[in-house]
Amino acid sequence: MLSKKFDPLKGKILEVLNYKGEIVDEKLVPKLDDDKLIEMYKTMLLGRIADIKALQYQRQGRMLTYAPIKGQEAAQVGVVAALEQQDWMVPAFREMAGMLYRGASLKQLYLYWYGNEEGSRFEKDVRILPISVPIASQINHGAGVAYASKILDKKEVVVAYVGDGGTSHGEFHEGVNFAAVLDLPLIVIIQNNQWAISTPRETQTKAKTLAQKAVGYGIPGIQVDGNDPLAMYIATEEAKKRALKGEGPTIIEALTYRLGPHTTSDDPTIYRDQKEVDYWEERDPLKRFKIYLINKGLWSEEQEEKETKEVTDYVNKTFKEVEATGLIDLEETFKYTYAEMTPDLQEQLDDYKAYLKEVE
Amino acid sequence: MAVMTVLDAINKTLFEQMEKDETVVTFGEDVGFEGGVFRVTKGLQQKFGKDRSFDTPLAESAIIGGAIGMAVNGLKPIPEIQFSGFVLPAFNQIVAHAARYRNRSRGVYTLPMVIRMPYGGGIRALEHHSESIEAMFASVPGLKVVIPSTPYDAKGLLTAAIQDPDPVIFMEPKRIYRAFKQEVPETEYKVPIGKAKVVQKGEDITVVAWGALVREVEKAMKLLENDNISVELIDLRTIQPYDKETIINSVQKTGRFLVVHEAVKSFGPGAEMISTVNEKAFLYLEAPPTRLTGHDVTVPLPKGEHHFMITPERIAREIKKVVNF
Repeated sequence: MLSKKFDPLKGKILEVLNYKGEIVDEKLVPKLDDDKLIEMYKTMLLGRIADIKALQYQRQGRMLTYAPIKGQEAAQVGVVAALEQQDWMVPAFREMAGMLYRGASLKQLYLYWYGNEEGSRFEKDVRILPISVPIASQINHGAGVAYASKILDKKEVVVAYVGDGGTSHGEFHEGVNFAAVLDLPLIVIIQNNQWAISTPRETQTKAKTLAQKAVGYGIPGIQVDGNDPLAMYIATEEAKKRALKGEGPTIIEALTYRLGPHTTSDDPTIYRDQKEVDYWEERDPLKRFKIYLINKGLWSEEQEEKETKEVTDYVNKTFKEVEATGLIDLEETFKYTYAEMTPDLQEQLDDYKAYLKEVE
Repeated sequence: MAVMTVLDAINKTLFEQMEKDETVVTFGEDVGFEGGVFRVTKGLQQKFGKDRSFDTPLAESAIIGGAIGMAVNGLKPIPEIQFSGFVLPAFNQIVAHAARYRNRSRGVYTLPMVIRMPYGGGIRALEHHSESIEAMFASVPGLKVVIPSTPYDAKGLLTAAIQDPDPVIFMEPKRIYRAFKQEVPETEYKVPIGKAKVVQKGEDITVVAWGALVREVEKAMKLLENDNISVELIDLRTIQPYDKETIINSVQKTGRFLVVHEAVKSFGPGAEMISTVNEKAFLYLEAPPTRLTGHDVTVPLPKGEHHFMITPERIAREIKKVVNF
């Protein structure tokens, strides 16, 4: 078992691909076909470009508050690539690359950050729950989804995300404990990007790793190089096998780094130094995965250039579509409160409509 | 028909609905093996097994957050919070998620779930066991808040709540769990959410109450038998969305309004109802619309609780004050 071999209490970290794009241990390389590897890389690239562009749009005053994912693409795509169509993804709010791989459209995700709830309309077959802004509460949702999977005998697993800061939250503890006690098919991905806004990981916990918290729940926990998509893939695959056998949840700590700010309202230069950022820039998940694919003969600089251009055009076009969407209908703001509008809500709507007519 | 207490009626409804719909699950602290500290879920685990009626870790966020996930993935969860005073750790889940999921997902995910909890004072309980916090839930868009006052309504309202497509907070007046019995049909029926009941027709004053206080108002009406005051008593049954129509129609007839509740006075449900009466029936009023409520204090422990309770004597006095204004 990987989580035994890479015991977080002994300071072991799972990696397959080092930061130079070299295979560390051939035996660990997952048997992924070439198309899948390319799809994973292309999604990471799309996530990266969409992220950089979102920041630019925001600086131009064209995008609202946005939470960047730059640097965390492998921690997301490596995980969801190991899932099947029927499995569930329960995101926090910094999982855009993973959501894109699962089948959410960029337009939807941009719409969300643009301030339109339509961006959270993930149809049921996409198997993504809406973004959850309150910290760590989604772990409990994941546990509940997994409970239904278990007792309705559905062959599916649930992946729920949380950040390093989220592990300090009571909801994290309650959710993981609930899933552990009931042996639920839940995989908890801690995206340890080292910072919860300006609070460093060291201030979140006295524990040396976040993965070792699993010991307290009586479940496996493993620390993984989160910038290595292959390592994230195999860790998830093993957790999934356990979950499907009824052996309960797993905690996977992805050691990664948020290269950008917490959100567009944040200025990380006031709380972290450039040396640290440079260190992680060297460990950029895209760089190493590209080298790996080039060495395998699956990718080239020419393809990179072509893909980058195409994706940039696509992102620009998508953003223009988002910008062109008008304001939300008045009725839309009322109609999803209850299955049927209450008489009082109907009255409030009618009253406001009458006002709008008067001022027209 | 069988003779049941409020508690029997709720228990019977859970049996009936779990039998009928195998996606219905009940859970919470001590809910499974013991059948809950009040025994409301007694016998469910024995009949339906540990998957469908189970004990959870002592963790309110997990109970409600877990219920949300279950509802998303095809179950109809009926979580129990042991006492309404213990719901606060789960408030985040209820307010930030349960109430919003339909809106957030644009109707793709709806949460058919019923959060059950005993509430209210008068049973000589510990601190945090006696509060009436229906207004806290009622002020959150997306939630429905239901409170029965009789065995018949308990069964009919709970059935409606379980079959409702939206999250329902079902608050059980624990003081009257076993206080009296009533004939209740053993077959399924629903009492609609959002509809009040005119318990007794009257001409001089409209009195609105719910839960355990409906019976206290009835006792007050007995005290007033020789006073020649004709009271129209309305059992609200649903706090949100509440039945404005029945209240307004009644006030237009009687010209006087009194709302009686155990919850504290300020920012309570009474203030909301008085506002509605002022908006919709102002010109019919012959006296200021009034509320008789718990004081704005922490509910006292049992030795002082009598200072907080709404007694028939206090209700009778308030009715006379409004009628003789």
